[in-house]
Amino acid sequence: MAGVPADPNLAAGPASSPWRLALRRLRRNRVALGFLGLFVAIVVFVIAAPLWADHVAHTGPNATHTLERITVGGEKRDVVNPEGKPLGPQWFGAGGKFFLGADSRLGRDEMVRLMYGGRTSLIIGVVSALITTLLATVLGLLSGYYRGWTDSVISRAMDVLWAFPVLLLAIALGVSLAIGGLKIGPVEISGGSIWIPILIIGFVSTPYMARPLRGEVLSLREKEFVEAAVAQGAGSMRVMFAELLPNLWSTIIVFFTLNIAGNMLLEAGLSYLGVGVQPPNSSWGTMIATGNDLITSAPLLTIIPGTMILLTVLSLNVFGDGLRDALDPKSKVRFEAHAGVAATGAAGTEGLEELGR
Amino acid sequence: MSAEPLLSVRDLRVGFVTEGGRLQAVDGVSFELAPGEVLAIVGESGSGKSVTAQTLIGLTRSPNSRIEGSVRLRGSELIDADDEALRKVRGEQIGMVFQDPMTSFNPVYKIGSQIVEAIRAHRPETSKAQGHERAIELLDSVGIPNAAQRVDDYPHEFSGGMRQRAMIAMALALEPDVLIADEPTTALDVTVQAQILALLARLNRERNLATILITHDLGVVAEVADRVLVMYGGRVVERGTLDEIFYDPQHPYTWGLLGSLTRMDRDRPERLPQISGAPPSLLDLPTGCSFRPRCPHEFGRCSELPGLEARLADAPSHLDRCWLEPERKRELRLAEGEIGLEAPGR
Amino acid sequence: MGRFVIRRLVGTVLVLFAVSVLTFLIFNVVPNSDPAARMAGKNATPELIASINEEWGFNDSLPQQYITMMGKIFSGDLISYEGREPVDERIVEGIPATISLCIGAAAIWMFFGILFGYLSAVRAGGWLDRTLTIVAVAGISMPVFWLAAILLNYLAYETGIFPSQGYTKLTENPLDWAYHLVLPWVTLAILYLGFYSRVLRSSMLDVMNEDYVRTARAKGLSERRVMRKHVTRNSLIPIVTLFGLDFGALLGGAILIEKIFSLNGVGQYAEEALANFDLPPIMAITLYGAFFVVLFNSLVDIAYAYLDPRIRLGESAQ
Repeated sequence: MAGVPADPNLAAGPASSPWRLALRRLRRNRVALGFLGLFVAIVVFVIAAPLWADHVAHTGPNATHTLERITVGGEKRDVVNPEGKPLGPQWFGAGGKFFLGADSRLGRDEMVRLMYGGRTSLIIGVVSALITTLLATVLGLLSGYYRGWTDSVISRAMDVLWAFPVLLLAIALGVSLAIGGLKIGPVEISGGSIWIPILIIGFVSTPYMARPLRGEVLSLREKEFVEAAVAQGAGSMRVMFAELLPNLWSTIIVFFTLNIAGNMLLEAGLSYLGVGVQPPNSSWGTMIATGNDLITSAPLLTIIPGTMILLTVLSLNVFGDGLRDALDPKSKVRFEAHAGVAATGAAGTEGLEELGR
Repeated sequence: MSAEPLLSVRDLRVGFVTEGGRLQAVDGVSFELAPGEVLAIVGESGSGKSVTAQTLIGLTRSPNSRIEGSVRLRGSELIDADDEALRKVRGEQIGMVFQDPMTSFNPVYKIGSQIVEAIRAHRPETSKAQGHERAIELLDSVGIPNAAQRVDDYPHEFSGGMRQRAMIAMALALEPDVLIADEPTTALDVTVQAQILALLARLNRERNLATILITHDLGVVAEVADRVLVMYGGRVVERGTLDEIFYDPQHPYTWGLLGSLTRMDRDRPERLPQISGAPPSLLDLPTGCSFRPRCPHEFGRCSELPGLEARLADAPSHLDRCWLEPERKRELRLAEGEIGLEAPGR
Repeated sequence: MGRFVIRRLVGTVLVLFAVSVLTFLIFNVVPNSDPAARMAGKNATPELIASINEEWGFNDSLPQQYITMMGKIFSGDLISYEGREPVDERIVEGIPATISLCIGAAAIWMFFGILFGYLSAVRAGGWLDRTLTIVAVAGISMPVFWLAAILLNYLAYETGIFPSQGYTKLTENPLDWAYHLVLPWVTLAILYLGFYSRVLRSSMLDVMNEDYVRTARAKGLSERRVMRKHVTRNSLIPIVTLFGLDFGALLGGAILIEKIFSLNGVGQYAEEALANFDLPPIMAITLYGAFFVVLFNSLVDIAYAYLDPRIRLGESAQ
């Protein structure tokens, strides 16, 4: 299959910037756009949390209703029955209260919790991804550009972090910091703050992004435009940020998207084990943990939050893939959650799936 | 020259279905290749020359390609040949060499074993040892020193020029009658280019090897070609013998190509003349003559596509696709600063 | 080659050292991690705590404590804070379960991953490709513990098709061994399967567009031979290297799966120790896990050099 010559002569018309070309390609990718839509829908869903809580369910995510009863179609039902089994989904039977039922012996509104928990999960995912991306970009640029000592030190540090079975490291940090909080100089973060999981996850994911970015910087720096810039007298900072960085944007954007997905999975795992999000905060991960205790009697309580995670991560992964195809259809640099070798190999990956184990 | 051409291409058309629409890479190309002849196909990137070459041995067959026309090798049609028949032609009847020898060899196998593989694909009765011996002979015959050692080296251990020689050796392993060389020197240094061209010329002479040489470089053409095909926008715009093309070019595009050559026998110009504009998008060819947007001599009639015809009474094999009267062409050519070489005795 | 190995060994030791120091620091520089208090339990008296501190050397300086602990790890005398068990014995007990889990899951995910990836690549763009892609991406988009919980619920608790927990030794009863491992294997495999099929697909598509594949066709090789010798061989290189790394990391213990299925492997031990703030086992297991990661990292580098002669012999400056 020889197919089409490398770039069908698209010399037609005004020179389109690579971004516009990418946008055009992206627009043609129905599947990717569809999943982007799904992601947006999920975001809207969690943003609407207070609206639902105030106007439909008339309760908050942490309000307990253990001993209460609600009226459904004239009949009175226990929110939590005498055996401790929580109410099942009522849908709109009670005007939207307990739409998805109660979450546990505590009798909290599952739907409200789902929406608020989603906020936590998404915030942690996005903010930690921002941190990871920032750190990884800086480290990747520094070690890829300077090489020599800087590279050795940074790479060794990344190696050490990499060698830690990831989940172990995250749990270790989680256990330590969740209890005691973090105090660095004037900055003090309490153990219950969601900043703890954000920082831990952001930090722990960094080596997996820094490595491939470093690889790309290594190959970019050999290109002529870098030589040209240096010949014109550009200093290191300028070369890194004005020459190399612009060429990394498409890779960074894709990695960022996929990283949100991976980080959300990691947060879910940590929260499930009790070392991620701490009460009174909740996330989809903590909800799965709660639901797990009642899995035989009320499987929906486990299935639903997990499905939300699945849908969110799936949309991010598919969209991230579509983004990559649009930005650089021939891209060979992949977000290797595993690349232990210098070559940025020609292999695809969809995020830090290994962290979900 | 025997009466029956070795390779006969009639009205070859190759289109691709792409995201942006239908791309007509080759639009009605015809030519013949006689045994032992060197035909050069010249044009810019996007002129369709590589696609033409690759289509000859069916490399462009794919779900999104549309191939029409006729390619006959000694009378047998290749366009609709089945896979097995095509496989037999490749390597055994027609050998092909590509532009970038670094990426055209598989990096994980030794050069020798890749050559042996080519041999055994057509002569399965050959033992590995025999194949190995033959590979050494082949490498030697293309001028690779120390062939017996180098046969066990990996592609990246060869220099660019040596790699290209090895590629040529591999293409000729089964002694085909035709060699297609797709920009064989483009990826090489100038000094090495000359060596490879000399090698091709030698092989052509010694083995009566008909050669189709694809290139964008007229300097290369002048070295080795017998006849020349000039392509533009997927069509042939001029066709003739080497002398005809260089001494009496008929098409403004050819003038542009020749004019932009640096000449050692003339003073250096202030600026090299260029052909203004850019090659056309194959997705959206202009109607009429496709060179029209860039042609300084275009006139009314050019809105109608000129046919590829012999317009010179005394040169029936010299075809071109330009409406200008031959007299006018001569005037323009000489006025532009004598484009084309001074033919001896003219 | 010798120098390469030596440098690697030194590098490994340094990395492991750094890992051990980092672990030690994480657990000692954090408030509320007083092991003596924990050990003393509910009826702690100041004297009890003091004697524990003395006995366990908690009054020593941190560097001293570190050295002592590392010494105990290597001499096999390490005792856990919680329950005062010998750490090494417990780890050794857990290894068979962890390894069984890893090998079985790996066999499944590699087989299906490669199969699906191959099919996707040769029929790229078709419905099969699209379906397999969605399935693959879905597989890697779910929290593994959630999948485990669901499988457990529907295939074990409700229907009793599979047992819900426990590990039987292979040597005792192979059938039972497999029976207990089916659900864990499947759960773990689903996670990696999607990833590997995508990797192979992507790799094959890249390779199929390479110039040397075109050359192989141009010299008259049969399509089968082109696929087998040129496409597949080169496409598998990234798979092999990634597998080495994944497997190495997994050998350190698949914490979540082991816990959910109560396999009592090394991973489960790790999780318990972490929950209890029990530093000795944490230290030992972390080093054990890190060791495998680094080991396989090196094996992968070696394999890569073997598979790709350009790396082995060094790129010539041509």
